Amino acid sequence: MSILSTRKAEKIDSLAEGGTSLAMDALRRTFRSPVAILGLVIVGLFVILAIISPFIAPKDPYRPYPELKAELTPSNIPGPMPGFLLGSDQNGYDFFSRLLVGAQQTLFVGVFATLIGVAVGMIIGGLAGAFGGWVDSVLMRLTDIMLSIPSLLLAISIAALLPGSQWTVIIAVAMIGVPVFARLLRGAMIAQRSSDHVLAATALGVKRKTIVFRHMLPNSIGPVIVQATLTLATAIIDAAALSFLGLGDSDWRRAEWGLMLGNAQELLSVKPSLAFFPAIAIIIVALGFTLLGESMRESLDPKNRR
Amino acid sequence: MALLDVRDLSVVFKRKGTRPFTAVDGVSFSVEPGQTVGLVGESGSGKSVTSLAIMGLLPKRGAEIGGSVTFSDTELLTLSDKQLRDRRGRDLGMVFQDPLSSLNPVITIGLQITEVLERHRGMTRKEARVEAAELLDRVGLPDPQRRIDEYPHQLSGGMRQRVLIAIALACRPKLLIADEPTTALDVTIQAQILSLLSELVSETDTALIMITHDLGVVAGLCDDVNVMYGGRIVERAQRHDLFERSRHPYTHGLLQSIPRLNAPRGEPLTPIRGSVSDNIEWEQGCAFAPRCPNATDVCWSEPPELKADDGRMLRCHNPVAIGDAVTEGAL
Ligand SMILES: Nc1ncnc2c1ncn2[C@@H]1O[C@H](COP(=O)(O)OP(=O)(O)OP(=O)(O)O)[C@@H](O)[C@H]1O
Ligand code: SF4
Ligand SMILES: [Mg+2]
Repeated sequence: MSILSTRKAEKIDSLAEGGTSLAMDALRRTFRSPVAILGLVIVGLFVILAIISPFIAPKDPYRPYPELKAELTPSNIPGPMPGFLLGSDQNGYDFFSRLLVGAQQTLFVGVFATLIGVAVGMIIGGLAGAFGGWVDSVLMRLTDIMLSIPSLLLAISIAALLPGSQWTVIIAVAMIGVPVFARLLRGAMIAQRSSDHVLAATALGVKRKTIVFRHMLPNSIGPVIVQATLTLATAIIDAAALSFLGLGDSDWRRAEWGLMLGNAQELLSVKPSLAFFPAIAIIIVALGFTLLGESMRESLDPKNRR
Repeated sequence: MALLDVRDLSVVFKRKGTRPFTAVDGVSFSVEPGQTVGLVGESGSGKSVTSLAIMGLLPKRGAEIGGSVTFSDTELLTLSDKQLRDRRGRDLGMVFQDPLSSLNPVITIGLQITEVLERHRGMTRKEARVEAAELLDRVGLPDPQRRIDEYPHQLSGGMRQRVLIAIALACRPKLLIADEPTTALDVTIQAQILSLLSELVSETDTALIMITHDLGVVAGLCDDVNVMYGGRIVERAQRHDLFERSRHPYTHGLLQSIPRLNAPRGEPLTPIRGSVSDNIEWEQGCAFAPRCPNATDVCWSEPPELKADDGRMLRCHNPVAIGDAVTEGAL
């Protein structure tokens, strides 16, 4: 390193002072970009909506209303009426309330599908990265097999094998993420294994367990968090796709956007908004998570640091 | 009885699809308790590989290690991984070149010191924290009570290297290996770190292996100097003898390529011509022959042996004549 660049580093150091951890630093960098802020706003509104929607929904999303039922025929689904902002759905339920509450169910599916994918993937990837050798080879062949199956096909196969329930959707979608998270964590851990600070810790006689859990894992987690954010977007879309294919939740009453979209597909000519609104909601939310994830990825990339 | 005795150490890297590469070739030297020994040579001469071999830090697969490394009567090369881990950090410490990347970025520097104290000195977290603050104070880190909870990226390069030295010396090892500890630092900081190192090792009677490509560092610090070229030691002498007159053409060239304040005006610096990539195989002759001003036919056909000569060890067919070898005042 030349004298000049060392000088520069010293100066930047003093600027960084007062900051806390590297993660905080990365967060600060992330939210300098307007795209990240847009993503955060979308995700934030979605999460708030998911939490408060049962309390602010004007009507009960889980029961038919006689006012709506009265006008409901196979070829006519009532549109907006006083008290029912978006009219009825195909069963005489309040569509607007169902759309609001749908945020909660959709977030639930997305979050749990992602969390299970992250957890299982991290166990596999963590073991492979920590032990290397044959453990690594076996586990990585396993993920290769999972990756070789197109993701939706994998989810469809699992969903088809299990009874149709919400957890089936969650597990099927989670499995798509498992090999991705496994590879990601394993790759990051392998890079950590040959890093200078792990070598330095080894030179100090630090125990293997400590090296893995304190030195390798925390430094490998960044890309996993980014990928999890991006996966939330695809998980919501994949769950919707399963529902659309009739492989999703068998409880048709549940207000979940994917399910609502799936159940609306035969009614496109009768009342297109029944499909349109859930679809738009899914797209916006998926976009929010993607924007957020991509900006985080950018700011965590060492090449873009500072 | 030497503290560390390296005998005939060799390291051959073997990787599928490439030729075996001998990075270290029959290196022998020893370090007495409290002594400071220099290991000098250009980039790629095998200094770091030698130190990693001593510490048992070379990758298990792909590196074939020969010879012996004895540390206070224990052969290190045959120790199990667990036995080595118990000794590293406690008996043998190491300071690496790049202070930023040698520290874990996601945990505080305090934790990186206490972890070693807890591991080797059986301290509780509380005791270790007190000791850590003292250590940081001793290596001259300003405001250690506050700094102890900071992350590596909040410190300057010089402060980071002080922290690394504090960590390496936390368990009072008998031997410290410093691999180019100042190369990544600002020149003014370099001098501070070097004097800190020499102060600490003499205070605690720690033996030090100083790895550097900078003869200036050696001049101020080392008792004995080993000059390496192409994985072999080519000249070994006491510091005073080496700087009074360097007999090996490579050492001589190194000294002549250092700018001198008292040089006659206009005298050009004479860098060693060529680069390490010109080397020939040691099996064939002298690896330095393509770059050596003294090379003769025998150099190209017969590998020189390391022999005692003029109060030092020399590996050369045609050493620099004693009259020409004077480099007094080079530093
Ligand atoms: N893990 C490895 N696998 C293969 N070759 C290696 C490995 N580590 C080092 N080498 C090779 O061994 C030779 C000696 O390397 P070493 O790092 O010891 O040089 P050095 O004297 O420390 O140089 P520098 O001043 O650049 O640090 C180099 O040519 C290097 O490419
Ligand atoms: S052996 Fe020959 S080539 Fe090698 S250093 Fe001596 S004189 Fe030069
Ligand atoms: Mg080196």
